[in-house]
Amino acid sequence: MSSTAPEQLDVPGPRGRTARGREVTGRPPWMLVVPALAGLAFLILPLAGLLVRAPWSTLLQRLAEPHVLEALRLSLVSATIATAVCLLFGVPLAWLLARVEFPGRRLVRALVTVPLVLPPVVGGVALLLVLGRRGLAGQWLEATFGVTLPFTTAGVVIAEAFVAMPFLVISVEGALRGADQRFEEAAATLGASRWTVFRRVTLPMVMPGVVAGAVLCWARALGEFGATITFAGNFPGTTRTMPLAVYLALETEPEAAIVLSLVLLAVSVVILASLRDRWVSAP
Amino acid sequence: MFRRLSRWAIAAPVALALAGLAGCGSGGAGPSAASPPASGGGGAKQVTVFAAASLTGTFTELGRRFEAAHPGTTVRFNFGSSATLAQQITQGAPADVFAAASPATMKTVTDAGLAGSPTTFTRNRLQIAVPAGGPAKVSGLKDLAAPGVKVALCAEQVPCGAAAVKALAAAGLTVTPVTLEQDVKATLTKVRLGEVDAALVYRTDVLAAGGEVRGIDFPEAGRAVNDYPIATVTGAPAGDLARRFVELVLSPQGAGVLTKAGFEAP
Amino acid sequence: MTLDARLVVARPAFTLDVALRVAPGEVVALLGPNGAGKTTALRALAGLTPMSGGRISLRGRPLHTLPAEGRPIGMVFQDYLLFPHLSALDNVAFGPRCQGVPRAEARRAAAVLLERVGLADRAAARPRELSGGQAQRVALARALAVRPELLLLDEPLAALDAHTRLEIRSQLRRHLADFDGATVLVTHDPLDAMVLADRLIVIEGGAVVQQGTPAEVARRPRTDYVARLVGLNLYRGVADGSRVTVGELALHTCEQLEGPAFVAFPPAAVALYRSRPDGSPRNLWQARIEGIERHGDNVRVHLDGPVTAFADITPAAVADLDLSAGQRIWVSVKATETHAYAA
Repeated sequence: MSSTAPEQLDVPGPRGRTARGREVTGRPPWMLVVPALAGLAFLILPLAGLLVRAPWSTLLQRLAEPHVLEALRLSLVSATIATAVCLLFGVPLAWLLARVEFPGRRLVRALVTVPLVLPPVVGGVALLLVLGRRGLAGQWLEATFGVTLPFTTAGVVIAEAFVAMPFLVISVEGALRGADQRFEEAAATLGASRWTVFRRVTLPMVMPGVVAGAVLCWARALGEFGATITFAGNFPGTTRTMPLAVYLALETEPEAAIVLSLVLLAVSVVILASLRDRWVSAP
Repeated sequence: MFRRLSRWAIAAPVALALAGLAGCGSGGAGPSAASPPASGGGGAKQVTVFAAASLTGTFTELGRRFEAAHPGTTVRFNFGSSATLAQQITQGAPADVFAAASPATMKTVTDAGLAGSPTTFTRNRLQIAVPAGGPAKVSGLKDLAAPGVKVALCAEQVPCGAAAVKALAAAGLTVTPVTLEQDVKATLTKVRLGEVDAALVYRTDVLAAGGEVRGIDFPEAGRAVNDYPIATVTGAPAGDLARRFVELVLSPQGAGVLTKAGFEAP
Repeated sequence: MTLDARLVVARPAFTLDVALRVAPGEVVALLGPNGAGKTTALRALAGLTPMSGGRISLRGRPLHTLPAEGRPIGMVFQDYLLFPHLSALDNVAFGPRCQGVPRAEARRAAAVLLERVGLADRAAARPRELSGGQAQRVALARALAVRPELLLLDEPLAALDAHTRLEIRSQLRRHLADFDGATVLVTHDPLDAMVLADRLIVIEGGAVVQQGTPAEVARRPRTDYVARLVGLNLYRGVADGSRVTVGELALHTCEQLEGPAFVAFPPAAVALYRSRPDGSPRNLWQARIEGIERHGDNVRVHLDGPVTAFADITPAAVADLDLSAGQRIWVSVKATETHAYAA
């Protein structure tokens, strides 16, 4: 009787992952390589343009100027805080969109991407209309707590977070949708509450997506210009971030603008590359 | 067969789209505009004017009049910050006429040998702009230095900012603004939305803002008047039309349009 | 009775409605073809699939009103679902931690369990570093770590290769014997069910079609599916004494029965002849060979005739008889090799 087992179902085990990465042999097709190279050139040629025109002889001297360092510090600090804010609110929002059925979910998902399509300057105006001195929430904030957001570093953070949050939400939601929910079920059978499941199972499993989203979010916040200058204004030390400094420098000293841009680029590339090695490409 | 077909199915629309975009670019008023239609030497029918953003209203009006006076011609405008425009021209943008908001920006173009001798065609004067209907925290220039008064100025790098610095220095005032905006329109926006109590902007901008903003004259403004120079660009494709457009701007008719908008005769 | 349940899950094209009773220490296997609803039943017990009716009571307390995380259960999933970001030890300690056990204590308890499943030396390994058999044992340890009153196993051996399966099956049997709560096991493999379970419940199309001890079920299959599982030819007919009429064919058996009855006999009891055999056994008919395939060390011949049947013969016999598909052939089964029982 034992030998009559009619079928031996070939169910892929948890180690099936190794079998998936089958080597594809042969040369990469030109149909992909040519556009890929064209795309790459399109992305990096403008950078090359900046490098060629950079005033290398006076570079160090320009970099040492206090207002450059001040703007750089402000940019890094505000982009980092904005990313933290986005993580704090964006990850739960992504979870809600990915895991909870509620009426109007599709609409909410579309609304989340609004800052992506809204011209940032309009976003800045919209923020002013809500959080400005005469804004609905802004009036209340000033009357109740004596807090005004425009023209403050907090305002910079808010403008950057507004524009950058969709990148995080979309990335994390995608990761959540891609994650195998049965792990969450397994955790539930072990007595884990939904909060524990989120904290100890869901979040660690989508961590690569969260990090990728945070990196995108940070990069977007670092380069943010329109919403920042509109909502937070432009004052050295408090709200003049690197992109604003670059724009102003363009008015008078295009070379200085190039230097500032290169600094911004170099710093972000170094940070992103190191993060990527550590997190994003991790299996 | 299917593969071959699908290749073209991808490639053709992409190529068409790119061609279409390029076409749009040369037809629009973008700064990257390609050369005007190749009409040979036979009298160009199009003149391209690069003008400071503060001239948007007046020059659009003058352009209409020019087109009416020269049937069959079109005037294309590229409005923007004077410094940006100057940079575009020195990088080879196809301008026929350049009207700047400051002699300094015009100088970068003439220094590059790209424009003939400029003529000052109008002047602009600063005003204090305050939100209309708001609490009157500001009635004169010295109020800008009072504590608790939020002031927006243009950044020193742009003409309206340089003028503000000059005027405030002339009045012996130290003002700490909450923001230094990148152009005069952005500065004015802060006033319109009530985010600041006052700003120093051009009279013309206050006028253009209509009822939302109230302008207050102050004597020190006379110490920081902005001259607007205009010149034809060397080797302008529409050389003759360019000269005639400049003539229109300098004519009494042109002066009338400019004065009505708040500019002053030079 | 530890577990007493009636599980009803209504879906648009399918309704599961099964009753289930499991005594303390008893292992019940839900056996059935794919899509029969056995995994749905297990998920309903775990609280992962909402029930549209019925109830579950465990030690007299209602279970169906609790969410999954509130049920005193342990579950082993088909592909184990070990948390990939946690070590084997932390996977096992996960449940106790959720129950509020301090970390150090939970890890100590987990270490003991890993030791018990023979994986003390793999405690620090991540799930992807474990072999299939090791992962299965970690999954079992993880389910047992919450000290469940009800243990649920979903195809616990299905993901293993044949060799590992043999070893893990006997280990699992020992661990289940040590477990004093109720165990419900889902499998489509009759051998797993026979070895591991005290009692089988066969589910087809969302309903229970047969239940009993493995020996009973194996001896007296009541559906074609079960007959195939246990490797028997099964016919339903009408008995009259020692004769059971199945369609046009009358089968002679040793049992005395009246009325509707099943007749079963193993494929190995079927003999094939090129020409009508002498001495004429009682059960003899002519059939057509539908197909011939390897089956273990033997050859299985599919026969069509007054009844369809399988015959298992040696490869040598195939050569001797020079069998090929489409051929007509004589089929005989000794009455003593058949088994008849009331339907």
